Amino acid sequence: MSFDQFEREVATQDPSLEDWNGLPPIVAAEPDSWSSGLIAREIAKVPVPSTQPMPGTSLGSGSPATLAATDVSAWFGSRKVLQRCSLRMEARQVTALIGPSGCGKSTFLRILNRMHEVIRVAKVAGSVELDGVDIYGRELSVTQVRMRIGMVFQKPNPFPAMSIRENVLAGLKLSGTKSTDRDALVEECLTRAGLWTEVKDRLNEGGMSLSGGQQQRLCIARSLAVRPRVLLMDEPCSALDPISTRVVEETIQQIADDITIVIVTHNMQQAQRVSHQCAFFLVEEQGVPGRIVEAGATDHLFNQPSDERTLAYVTGRFG
Amino acid sequence: MTSADISSGEVLTDEASGAVPTMLRGPATARKGPRRRRRVHSVTSEVVADIQDSDDDDSPRSVGRTTSAVVVEYTLATLTAVNLVVALRMLLDWGGLLSFVVLFLVSFICFHYALVRQSSTKELAADRMTTTLIWVIGALVVASLMWIFGFVALKGVKQLRPGFLVRDMRTAGPNTPGGGVLHSMVGSFEQVGIAAAFAIPVSILTAVYLHELEGRMARAIRFIVEGLAGLPSIVAGLLIFSIWPRYAGIHAAEALAILMIPTVTRTSEEILRTVPDSLREAALALGAPQWRVVTRVVLPTAKSGLLTASILGIARAIGETAPVLLTAFDSKFMNKNPLKEPQSSLPTFAYGNIRTQSVLQNDRAWAAALLLLLFVLVLFTMARWIGARGAKRLGRN
Ligand SMILES: Nc1ncnc2c1ncn2[C@@H]1O[C@H](COP(=O)(O)OP(=O)(O)OP(=O)(O)O)[C@@H](O)[C@H]1O
Ligand SMILES: [Mg+2]
Repeated sequence: MSFDQFEREVATQDPSLEDWNGLPPIVAAEPDSWSSGLIAREIAKVPVPSTQPMPGTSLGSGSPATLAATDVSAWFGSRKVLQRCSLRMEARQVTALIGPSGCGKSTFLRILNRMHEVIRVAKVAGSVELDGVDIYGRELSVTQVRMRIGMVFQKPNPFPAMSIRENVLAGLKLSGTKSTDRDALVEECLTRAGLWTEVKDRLNEGGMSLSGGQQQRLCIARSLAVRPRVLLMDEPCSALDPISTRVVEETIQQIADDITIVIVTHNMQQAQRVSHQCAFFLVEEQGVPGRIVEAGATDHLFNQPSDERTLAYVTGRFG
Repeated sequence: MTSADISSGEVLTDEASGAVPTMLRGPATARKGPRRRRRVHSVTSEVVADIQDSDDDDSPRSVGRTTSAVVVEYTLATLTAVNLVVALRMLLDWGGLLSFVVLFLVSFICFHYALVRQSSTKELAADRMTTTLIWVIGALVVASLMWIFGFVALKGVKQLRPGFLVRDMRTAGPNTPGGGVLHSMVGSFEQVGIAAAFAIPVSILTAVYLHELEGRMARAIRFIVEGLAGLPSIVAGLLIFSIWPRYAGIHAAEALAILMIPTVTRTSEEILRTVPDSLREAALALGAPQWRVVTRVVLPTAKSGLLTASILGIARAIGETAPVLLTAFDSKFMNKNPLKEPQSSLPTFAYGNIRTQSVLQNDRAWAAALLLLLFVLVLFTMARWIGARGAKRLGRN
C-alpha cells in the first residue's frame, strides 16, 4: 500500500469510524462480579446497535458475522495457487481448514482479511462477503476490513517495544480507535484469552518476557481488543505445547459464540475437537492450483466423507 | 552444552557424592578424583571444550594437566623464542623492533606447536596454535589502538588543563601561554549539532521510504545515497563553498550534513531490515494504516538501533577537517553565531596549531586532538551501550 492509497483510506474511514466509536463501550456494569467463566456470556448480552441490520452500513462490531467466499482464486506472480474456492463460514461456528502442506490454506485465510495483498506479487480473484458486504468492494476500506476480521498468526508475534498491557491495546492505538475504559478492556481481553491470572501482576513487563504459549494467547487477546466479528487463526497452536494448546482451544470454544472463527490446523484431533465445519484443501497433482475437495460438517467429513481422498487424509493414509 | 551447564553439573556431582550424570561421564572426568574435578569450576572454556571432546576421544586430554603443563609450555616456548631472536640479533646484528616482534611471534608459535605436539595429539596442538594466533592478532589490534590513544594522550595531556577548556585564543599567542579551546568546542558542537538536527531526521525518513514504503523512486534514491557515501569530504566542502563563498558555521554544518546523510541512511535501512516482517503483518492485521505501522511499531522497535546509527553518524562528522576548513575556516575568537563570520572547531584548531613551529602551539593541537578522541570515545561507548540495551529488549525475537 502506498501513502496516497492510505490517504484515500483515511478520508473514507472517518464517517464509519464515527458509528464504530458511537457504540456503547462493551463493559460489564459491575467489574467486581466478573468471574472468568462468565465473561464471554456477559459480552454476548451487550445490546446490538439498532443500525445493525442495515446491509452496507452494518460496519460496527457486536455480533458474529457470516463470511462467504465465492470462486476465490489466487496467484503469486504468474503461478496460480488457488482455484475457484467457495466456502461459507457461518456465524457462531468454528470452521477448520485442513489439508496437506502447500495446498493454499494460509493463502485462502489471508485472502479473507485482505492480508494476501500485502505481498507485492500476490493477486486474487472472486469475492468475499462479510454479511453480504464485499470486503474487496467500495463500502469498506482495507483497514476497516482488517479491524473487523482479525488474524492470529502461526508464530506468536507480540510487539517487543510494548508492554503486555500496551500489546493488548495496540489494536486501538494502531487503528486510531478511542476507548473509554482501557483497564477493563485489558482485563476482559486477557481473561477471554485465558491469560489474565498469569499476567495480571506484570502487565507492564515487556511482551517478549512471556513464554511462547503465553505470547500466543497475548496475540489472541490483542486481536480480541478491537472487537473483530471474525477471527482467522493460522495454525495458532503449532508452536505450543499440549497444555497451552488446550488453553487456546478452550479460548476458541469460549469466544466462538461472539466471533466467527476460521482456523487452519494440521492436527486432525484439534479440527475435530474445536470445529463445527471443515473444509479440505488439496493440490490434486504437482503444478496445479489447490482447491477445496470437500467441505461440510466436521462430523460428516471425518466419519463418512464423500471423497475418498478426504477419507485417506483424515485417517492419516496420506498428506 | 555451555560451561554453565557443566559446572552446575559438577556442583551437583560433588554434593551427591559421585552420582555423575552419564552425559558428563567422559573418560577424563570419570577417572579423576573429586579433588581434581573440583578444579573444573574455575577453569576457562578451553578446558570445558577439552572435556566435551574427550567424550568421544580415545586419548583423553588430561584435565588436571591444564594449569601447570600449559603454563610450562607457554613459558618454555616464550623463553626459547626470546633466546632465538636475541641470539640471531647478536650474531647477525640485523633488524629493527618490528622484525624483532615478528620473528619472536613466528618462532614462539612454532616452538609452542612442537612442545604441545610432543605430549598431545595433533588436533590439540593445532587447536592451541590457532588459539595462540587469534590471541596474537587480537592483541596486535588492541595494542595498535592503545598505542594511538596513548600517544595522543601523552602529547595532549600537557596542555589539557581546566583553564584550556574555558578560554579562547584571544590573548594567547604562539609563545604566550594561557589560551584555550572553548571557542573551538562551541564551534564544533554548533556545527555538528545543526548538521545532525538536519541530517538525522532526513536520513531516517529516507530509510523509511526505502525500506518500508519501497516507493517508486526507491531504486534511484538508493543509487544516489550509495554514490554519496563515497563522496570525498573535500568535495562536499568545495560544493558548499562554491554556492556560498562566505565563511560561517552554518555552511560547515551543511557540508557535514551532506556527509552524514548517506552513512546514517544506509545504517538506518539496515536497522529497519532487522525488524521482523511478522510485526508489520501483525500490525496491518489489526487494521493499522501503513504510517501507523511505521510510527507505532517499526520505529519504536528499531529505536535503539536508529539511535546507535545516529550517534555513529555524529562521531564521523565531528572529526571532519577539510570541509569545515573550507566553509567555516578557523578563528582565534569565540564566535557563538553560526550564521556569520568564521568559526573555529576542534579539527581546524588542531590543524591550525600543528602547522606552526611553536612547541606551545603544537601542544595545544595535541590537546585538541585528545579532546576530540575523548568525545568520539564517549559517543561510541554510548552507541554500544544503547545498542546492547536494545538487543536485550528485543529479547528472544
Ligand atoms: N510469499 C509467497 N510467494 C510466492 N509463493 C508463495 C508465497 N507464499 C506461499 N506461496 C506458495 O503458495 C502455495 C500455497 O501456500 P500456503 O502457504 O497457502 O500453503 P499452506 O496450505 O498454508 O501450507 P502449510 O500447511 O505448509 O502452511 C505454496 O505452493 C507456496 O509455495
Ligand atoms: Mg500455512
